[in-house]
Amino acid sequence: MSQHQSQKAQSAPAGFEPRIVAFFCNWCTYTAADLAGVSRLKYAPNVRVIRVMCSGRVDPQFVLDAFARGADGVLLGGCHPGDCHYAEGNYKTLRRMRMLGRMLRDMGVADGRFRLEWISGAEGDKVKAVVNDMTAKVRALGPLDLPGKFREWDQETAELERQVHSQDPKEVARAR
Amino acid sequence: MPDKPKVAFYWCASCGGCEEAVVDLAEDILKVVEAVDIVMWPVAMDFKKSDVEARPDGSIAASFINGAVRTSEQEEMARLLRRKSQIVVSFGACANLGGIPALANQFQKEDILKYVYEDCPGVQNPDKTRPQTETRHEGRALSLPEFRGMVRSLDQVIEVEYYLPGCPPTPKIIMAAVVALLTGKLPPKGTVLSPDVALCEECPRKDSKPADLALAEFKRPHQVLIDPEKCLLAQSLVCMGPATRAGCEALCPKGNMPCTGCFGPTSRVKDQGAKFVSSVFSNIVPKDEAGIDAVLDGIPDPIGTFYRYGLSKCLLRRKLN
Amino acid sequence: MTDIKERRNDTDGLPRIGFYICHCGTNIAGMIDVAEVREYVAALPGVAVSRDYKYMCSDPGQELIGADIKEHKLERLVVAACSPNLHEETFRKAAARAGLNPFYFQMVNIREHVSWVHEDKISATEKAKDLARAAVYRVRFHKPLDKQSVPVDPNVLVVGGGIAGIHAALTLANAGKKVTLVEREATIGGHMAMFDKTFPTLDCAACILTPKMSAVKSHPNITLWTYSEVAKVDGYVGNYKVTVKRKPRYVKEDLCVGCMECIEACVFKEPKFADWFNQGLGKRKPVYIDFPQATPKVVLIDPETCIQFKTGKCKKSCAEVCDRKAFDFNQKEEFKDIRVGAIILATGFKVYDAKRDPHYGYGRYPGVYTALEIERLVNASGPTSGEVVLRDGRRPRAVGIIHCVGSRDEKTNKWCSRVCCMYSLKLAHLIKEHSGAEVYNFYIDVRAPGKAYEEFYDKLLSEGVHFIRGRVAEVTDWNMTPEEEGRLVLRVEDTLAGFVRRIPVDMVVLATGLEPRADAQEVRRLFNIGCGNEGFFQERHPKLAPVNTFTDGIFIAGACQAPKDIPDTVAQAGAAAAEALALIDAGHVELEPNTAHVVEEECCGCKSCVPLCPYSAITFDEAKKKAVINEVLCKGCGVCVAACPSGSIRQNLFEDAEIFSEIEGVLAK
Repeated sequence: MSQHQSQKAQSAPAGFEPRIVAFFCNWCTYTAADLAGVSRLKYAPNVRVIRVMCSGRVDPQFVLDAFARGADGVLLGGCHPGDCHYAEGNYKTLRRMRMLGRMLRDMGVADGRFRLEWISGAEGDKVKAVVNDMTAKVRALGPLDLPGKFREWDQETAELERQVHSQDPKEVARAR
Repeated sequence: MPDKPKVAFYWCASCGGCEEAVVDLAEDILKVVEAVDIVMWPVAMDFKKSDVEARPDGSIAASFINGAVRTSEQEEMARLLRRKSQIVVSFGACANLGGIPALANQFQKEDILKYVYEDCPGVQNPDKTRPQTETRHEGRALSLPEFRGMVRSLDQVIEVEYYLPGCPPTPKIIMAAVVALLTGKLPPKGTVLSPDVALCEECPRKDSKPADLALAEFKRPHQVLIDPEKCLLAQSLVCMGPATRAGCEALCPKGNMPCTGCFGPTSRVKDQGAKFVSSVFSNIVPKDEAGIDAVLDGIPDPIGTFYRYGLSKCLLRRKLN
Repeated sequence: MTDIKERRNDTDGLPRIGFYICHCGTNIAGMIDVAEVREYVAALPGVAVSRDYKYMCSDPGQELIGADIKEHKLERLVVAACSPNLHEETFRKAAARAGLNPFYFQMVNIREHVSWVHEDKISATEKAKDLARAAVYRVRFHKPLDKQSVPVDPNVLVVGGGIAGIHAALTLANAGKKVTLVEREATIGGHMAMFDKTFPTLDCAACILTPKMSAVKSHPNITLWTYSEVAKVDGYVGNYKVTVKRKPRYVKEDLCVGCMECIEACVFKEPKFADWFNQGLGKRKPVYIDFPQATPKVVLIDPETCIQFKTGKCKKSCAEVCDRKAFDFNQKEEFKDIRVGAIILATGFKVYDAKRDPHYGYGRYPGVYTALEIERLVNASGPTSGEVVLRDGRRPRAVGIIHCVGSRDEKTNKWCSRVCCMYSLKLAHLIKEHSGAEVYNFYIDVRAPGKAYEEFYDKLLSEGVHFIRGRVAEVTDWNMTPEEEGRLVLRVEDTLAGFVRRIPVDMVVLATGLEPRADAQEVRRLFNIGCGNEGFFQERHPKLAPVNTFTDGIFIAGACQAPKDIPDTVAQAGAAAAEALALIDAGHVELEPNTAHVVEEECCGCKSCVPLCPYSAITFDEAKKKAVINEVLCKGCGVCVAACPSGSIRQNLFEDAEIFSEIEGVLAK
């Protein structure tokens, strides 16, 4: 039933394009992103939104997991302080994420890769501005590519793995 | 007469505390020694690597390996014991999570070697000699293990069937694990052999914790005259208890010190440090950035505090540059 | 149920997923290669059906889903189309009609978030694939859920018998609902009953209020409990159980007819004790009634001042003279339980304590009054029968009215109390009318925003009232000239004239602002609602939901929400009544299932979660030593889920497993 022809040669982006995972709270930021859509504002396609009901649902584990799985940047969007749909969820977010920010810096994750923004349901243009700004900044920082780094770091154990386990094929299978 | 099951103990990047924990079984150790055949235990017996190599694969019933994996020798022995064993038990916080040695994952290998062999006050090494993995001396080839780029937990190197948590694991849980192994009453593979609930469950101070705790500051243990009955978090101390598996019967809180998280997280948590941050900072008082930052300043070393034992298991695994 | 096993083989043991990508005409298909996405998703593990269609939300689109669910035994549903805020419900219902639990559905937003906001087709299509894949990974972890439906009790509780509470109660009673109106004082009427005339019309407050008060008293649907307070509130929307404490009047309410012979007969020949209603300017006896039109018209005894209660030895001529035998000196406080579906809080405001501005001399200089005290003075039924006289009986030759006392002040209250300019103008008019004194109004701005308010201000200007723009620095009795002798002097910078002035007056009126009641925090906790930073009750949304609170079933109206005048108060009271009616007439309330619950065997009792819930849905079970979440109160924000340090709280639809799988899916290559 498809009536649309694939158009391959549109415009292949040259160079590195960052992948940014965003956690948007349903009531404010997600709604603002919808509003940006309804208003046909155009912005960079690098962000992938994961919807949560409140920014307070966002566990710092989610942020770290996103980086560990290949995100170059993580954006967290919530309601402005005082306006949280659930009264004070965003304050909890703010407190946790300020500590997480310090820890990320201590772990060598450059400033700018993790960002917390307050965007109200009416601020469609702020979604555009933040996405564009963050995409540009993360592009400039370059790929983080933690999965690639993990593979690189683990190369040092590959040789021994081969040596010790290679004599028995069952062990080789077990080792991987 | 049937052969007694063969058992091995090995230590990787370890302080020796886990070995002492085994010794702390006291009289019970005699029962263990009677029931099993120890075929490897570097701290106590004279078996060599070649003895282990000579054994058939899978002939060791269980190997208890403690310590984190930092050098190629530790890695090789872990892999070797894996081949030769039916069951590998990851023994202690270092093997399970990276332990204290894993704090070195905040530094690059080059920085560590440079500090130890050149910059450390008191080092006399004008030629800046570094340890080499191979050298020749008087015609003979000598080798040293290679220092890896990062500290790994045991299961980041080999497959592990069970985990005994703790720094070190307590005699009680060690004995329970040994008995389970000997009687064949083992839980599903991958289980951590300690209750899957957080430490507060066992802590005698639990009742004194208010249900509306809101922290205005964090203090370090030396800054507080610690009340021996009251919940430690309620005294503004960083107690990792709520984010740490039970099983030790709250030894540290009973010793009037906050829990530092050595038993690792429950099975439902991927990253213990991150989860603790999610919890404890939800409940601080300030709502504005400046106020929040002032409270956070009370914990000057968050990585060292929240990942004291678990940096290898942090989702980021290591500092990036 | 036909043979599932065979079909599972197709999807490698994973739940069978049906994936649909909508063209939405050209809204999506014009930017995203829907065929490419369809083909891509078809190859993902667990996907049994992958289709594209022009308009998924249309009837044929929904029927297609239904047919596929039945024919292909689908166990999960993913639709990539517009925003879930538009059609999530639509597709959930489509799934339900075909026999699939509606919460096995996940929606992917590829219109508002992709096709409408990007310009490059390749990256838009890649993004759509990433988001679709994330949903496919996530939906595997979805669990079947049910929306809980709870019935709504049709009765209503209104707390506070001022104009807001009165109007709300009457509106609801007229709609046929049974209302209990609880008022702390011995009479309803609130602050409005104390006013003389109301701006801008100069209606007599009592004249417009008392008919409403009578209507409340006589309405068959209203149970009026005055001299009563709410002691405890349990339950949740539609099902509240409230305990009301009824304080003892020592007079039987159903027997007293309000003849007031007892007051006449009291052993105290003259009234001796400061009375609350007249702001302490008048006096009453130990047996009293607040004001002549008090409703209910029942006297009461103040045990702090009555000789019988203090010594046990009184003639009790009050009881003697009562031919209804209404006195009962042994009356005790009573606790009564009621069940209601909705609660309206209309507890009003507190007047700013002028002693907090010591430079204005309130409490030191007898000539300094608050606005409410002046209301009582100018009132014909007040302590001076409407004469504007000082405490020593002299008539003032000049009166100064100071605006913004305890409002718009960095040191005390920052907000504007909204009514003070208007009542200051009104008082200026009334004082001039009653006493002929010179009147000076000292203002910062004159705020006259309401209907006919500006015109009222204009009228004042033409009446010869003096307006001086400046904040009065000080009220002092220190005289510098003979003319100031024995008078109070207001020192003020006249900012329009450009110099500091000393204005001698005899009477100073402080336009004290409106504040939250002193016990607002206790009251709001009782009802499980919030207060804003200033201490007024927190509305759900300042523009779109000014009478709702974050707690379903509890509404607020009037000055307890924010300072406001009588027209706005009445409007809000009507709004709150309408909201309560909407709730009640729906008959039942459906609760969203994305609630959280504690897994009891995993909880260690660390109490980290308990203080986090703004709805008090989390309590600590002291017997079990575990946290417990009341899923009816839970609104599903998920804060506690993230905060549980041992991962022992789960949130339906937003479990860790679901979100982690979405993260994995969105980044998987």
